[in-house]
Amino acid sequence: MKDPIEETMPETVLFYIFGAFAVVASLLVIAQRNPVYSVLLLIASFGALSGLYVLLDAPFVAVIQIIVYAGAIMVLFLFVVMLLNAPQEDTEHDLKVHPLLRRGPLRFGAVLAAALVVELVWALTKGGGESGPFAGGAVASVAAIGRSLFQEYSFQFEVTSILILVAMVGAVVLASREVLERRGGGSGPSGDR
Amino acid sequence: MTPLLIAQIGLTLFVFVMLLSSAAVMVYMERKVAAALQQRIGPSLVGPKGLLQPLADIIKLMFKEELRPAASDWIIFALAPMIAATCAFAAFAVVPFGADTTLFGLVPEGLRLQVADVNVAILVVFAIASMGVYGIVLAGWSSNSKYSLLGGLRSSAQMISYELSYGLALASVLLIANSLSLTDIVNRQAGTWWQVIPRWYVFLQPLGFVIYMIAGIAETNRAPFDFPEAEQELVAGYHTEYSSMRFAMFFMAEYINMVTVAAVATDLYLGGWHGPFLPESLGWIWFLVKVGAILFFYVWMRWTLPRYRYDQLMSFGWKVLLPLAVVNLLVTAAGVLYFGL
Amino acid sequence: MPTLNHYLILSAIIFSIGTAGVFMRRNLITILLSIEIMLNAVNLTFVAFGRALGSADGQIIVFFVMTVAAAEAAVGLAIVISLFRHHESLNPEQFRALKW
Repeated sequence: MKDPIEETMPETVLFYIFGAFAVVASLLVIAQRNPVYSVLLLIASFGALSGLYVLLDAPFVAVIQIIVYAGAIMVLFLFVVMLLNAPQEDTEHDLKVHPLLRRGPLRFGAVLAAALVVELVWALTKGGGESGPFAGGAVASVAAIGRSLFQEYSFQFEVTSILILVAMVGAVVLASREVLERRGGGSGPSGDR
Repeated sequence: MTPLLIAQIGLTLFVFVMLLSSAAVMVYMERKVAAALQQRIGPSLVGPKGLLQPLADIIKLMFKEELRPAASDWIIFALAPMIAATCAFAAFAVVPFGADTTLFGLVPEGLRLQVADVNVAILVVFAIASMGVYGIVLAGWSSNSKYSLLGGLRSSAQMISYELSYGLALASVLLIANSLSLTDIVNRQAGTWWQVIPRWYVFLQPLGFVIYMIAGIAETNRAPFDFPEAEQELVAGYHTEYSSMRFAMFFMAEYINMVTVAAVATDLYLGGWHGPFLPESLGWIWFLVKVGAILFFYVWMRWTLPRYRYDQLMSFGWKVLLPLAVVNLLVTAAGVLYFGL
Repeated sequence: MPTLNHYLILSAIIFSIGTAGVFMRRNLITILLSIEIMLNAVNLTFVAFGRALGSADGQIIVFFVMTVAAAEAAVGLAIVISLFRHHESLNPEQFRALKW
């Protein structure tokens, strides 16, 4: 008969590993000068979050996170960063001083982030110490999620499909070149560099 | 350390070694089949009938000098082939290639011939395939060369376009099989109809099989969809600036991706390891035969068909294959509803 | 043993890191990435609560959040592209046309 603490030992260890990885990767994302490195670190952070979802008995969400977020949205970000050949920062001062250490942002941003952490932790944990997420038992199989999605939430599902259609049309129109040039030289399109 | 655990660790190593050697076997088979299709002999000098040719190739690649363009981003330059190779190997981890076997009585509980038995196996294969795009786009960008960048961007755009049809073909099989686990899907294809026709899903989903194979060929950047790495067009596309072992990793990743696509196609459409005349525990022989047939088809396609131009390729993927895949899904759904499969 | 509070604290930390990124960085792409970090922290909260309450609704809401994040990333990046074409810069301080 195994000791119940020993049974959840790997889970605790994995939680801390994935959690630390996610936090460190997110910190590095906002600290990088080069946007390509930021995107790659964010993909690593998504991988850690996917591991956390598996620990939370949500394998479907974990795999969807990899397919949609890390596999599609981040590819989009990477394409845009590469196509724009994004310059890193502009002025001389910006190049010398690290983005997170500049005077104005340092004071405001750090104070804000610290205050936010404290406030969120207080708000989220004041609901009483839940004994553990294991109280609920096995949550849902993929079949149950699908059934619920297409029966209870079918209206929301259809609305999101229209949302994606609108976003797609909007993105194509906004990023297309011909529309800008046909409108004439309002602000002087830069054209090809 | 129960016998089952030892057997599972051994199985993982075995699968890894087998994938590596399958890349070598594919190199040989490709050259021999290409030679046969072009009415010549192919490799015949190194070893009997040229069988040691892949070994010679690997030794040559190992001894070449590792070059790196001076203006390239070296971290990402080194990381890209690792990502490509890792995703290629990882995708095969959830593919089952045989029934439970007891290894001649050594493992009494029965060892599942699958490295990781996940109950969302189809989605995991899809997820890892979509991560494989990064190896290519990062290789193209980090080489800091025009041909590489163009090849990398085109190749990754092609891969993510054909992923849609790939996913829809998977979804159609999912409708019939009612399960995401590859082992379940294979086991539902056991048996025959009227004692003659096996219950493979290729007979229920012929269009789906064709769509899957076309999308699979486009996903692995093989001819006729290999414009981004065609020698006559873009020097060598995203792996122009790579040499020696890093190039070998891309090369190997491409062949292992082909093997994975063929293995998943066998599991989904061709009944996996079920076949006549052999007991269940030797089913992996049938699996090898079927995968070998699909890989032969792959090589045959490469050396027979001319390659698509890039805009033809993209317009085919979006304007022909995607609507067909959607129609396939709808017809399958209607069939499941009507016939109650 | 990680309880619900562990997951909530973790997601609070990740959310504030994202917020800090939005306020502290002067590069449009990094700002968009920080927004994605925040959305992921929210997803983690939803899944943790769904698990604690034993219902599948948490995972379904995550599905919708991901869809919205995808749509927002696409439109946001299109806007960044067209802004870059006009101003040749990704620094939000350069875009002053609508400031008073």
